[in-house]
Amino acid sequence: MSEVTNRRTNQRLPAKTKIALNATLVLIALTFVFIVVLLPLIVVLYEASQEGWAAYVAAITDSDAKSAIRLTLLVAAIAVPVNMIFGICAAWLVTKHDFRGKDWLVAFIEIPFSVSPVVSGLVFILLFGAHGWFGPWLQAHDIEIIFAVPGIVLATVFVTLPFVARQIIPLMHAQGRAAEEAALSLGASGWQTFWHVTLPDIRWALLYGVLLSLARAMGEFGAVSVVSGHIRGETNTLPLHVEVLYNDYNFVAAFAVASLLAGLALVTLVLKSLLEWRHGNELKAQNNS
Amino acid sequence: MSFPLAAKPHRRRRTALPGFGLTLGITLFWLALIVVIPLCAVVIRSTGGGWEHFVAVGFSPRAMAAYRVTFVSALIATSINAFFGLIIAWVLIRIKFPGRRLLSAAIDLPFALPTAVAGIALTALYANTGWIGAHLEPMGIQIAYHPSGIVVALIFIGLPFIVRSVEPVLADLDRTLEEAAATLGANRWQIFAYVIFPAILPALLTGFALALARCVGEYGSVIFIAGNMPKISEIAPLLIITSLEQYDYPGASAIAVVMLVISFSILIALNLIQGGWRRRMGDS
Repeated sequence: MSEVTNRRTNQRLPAKTKIALNATLVLIALTFVFIVVLLPLIVVLYEASQEGWAAYVAAITDSDAKSAIRLTLLVAAIAVPVNMIFGICAAWLVTKHDFRGKDWLVAFIEIPFSVSPVVSGLVFILLFGAHGWFGPWLQAHDIEIIFAVPGIVLATVFVTLPFVARQIIPLMHAQGRAAEEAALSLGASGWQTFWHVTLPDIRWALLYGVLLSLARAMGEFGAVSVVSGHIRGETNTLPLHVEVLYNDYNFVAAFAVASLLAGLALVTLVLKSLLEWRHGNELKAQNNS
Repeated sequence: MSFPLAAKPHRRRRTALPGFGLTLGITLFWLALIVVIPLCAVVIRSTGGGWEHFVAVGFSPRAMAAYRVTFVSALIATSINAFFGLIIAWVLIRIKFPGRRLLSAAIDLPFALPTAVAGIALTALYANTGWIGAHLEPMGIQIAYHPSGIVVALIFIGLPFIVRSVEPVLADLDRTLEEAAATLGANRWQIFAYVIFPAILPALLTGFALALARCVGEYGSVIFIAGNMPKISEIAPLLIITSLEQYDYPGASAIAVVMLVISFSILIALNLIQGGWRRRMGDS
């Protein structure tokens, strides 16, 4: 009986209730995203503008801020290409060859995703810090890694290691090996095959992975915070500079520098969305291509 | 005809593609250098002060309180995200409305926004002078500098994991099943509860586990808003930093090892659940 009534109500009031239900759901979703995600972004811009344009410009052109920007760009410029090459090698290895232990290798590549940023920094202190395994040797040879730029680079490399590999492995797996095998049988060398056959097929996914690792490399806080030592003008990246300013109660400057990072995040999102809209099919692994 | 070729001794005969040695070498070298050796260092150093020291620091009352705060906050935040994330994924896939693409892009903001920026922004919002905090204070609700601040920060961090896990599965769902259920007399709620929800549950659990693992390790966004009172609002990653500042390397490593075990357990549990799921789906 009840099923019959249900069907009747379902058929009698579909349009009206459906619209009301959908509108409610959309409203819930928009409200939640607005409060959780957008308000924090807006408040950064608002707080940064509290003391006017001059104070904002002064905060982001301060010499410590400038050196933080330089260091952030330098670290990203090293970490991202290195991990891109690693990602391509790992993807070629895993998708174009068969060997035992492949699943383990892929699992190991993903480890940095599930390690706390603080632990990611800690591991390098244990290796290269003053009381670390290689600490005394490094000191004897006057090489600084921890509380210096190399440590920051290492921590960033650890954190961004999986991004490119993870983006292109599923795609290259789905694309199979037929195209490469054909190229080789027609006389192309290994490098020619990679440059002219494989790379054009994965370029957008590769770019996508690079974009994500770039954003993470420039924004990483926890891991870098552990190894940097917070020396102003020397080992502070942009996120660390935000923290230093904030802890000095210099809120306007902290939010001004934070707004640079927020702008970077927005640019990343726009580029990411563009890639998804324009080249969505080439990013995702398709079974029959 | 092809016998001579096949008889050629070639161990990895299945693929003719070159570059095995080169890529294997680079991949293993880099993984060992960046991931394996450093993680081994933590495990070995954690026992450097002896097993007693490991237990004394790794399971001290302060550390236990920190694990509890970290895990419970992550669990609450992820549960809230599971509920709203499901609604958001549903709205993105099933309902056409203006601004859908903007909403979709906004979901990824927590991935892109540096955690330190999120931390100071959330603190500014929820402090008793902030846009949200000022309205909550008269009601006696405190969020910034309070354990509930941790939950707020983790909601921000974990949201994309749920939405992005559920979305593709929801998009690929076979609509004919729902139509069949409807013609058999199921109402909208029954269709959701008995047809749609079981189909997206594995994806929801995947997102849940990923978000949980990420939230348990989160540091940057939490420390600004939490207040960081020992045993009340102090998270485990912060305790590692505190130990490091006191040069207690074995202690910091002990806490790190406990945290690694927790996050790997979450991911292994996820794999087991998914494996069981696939078997059940395969059987039926």
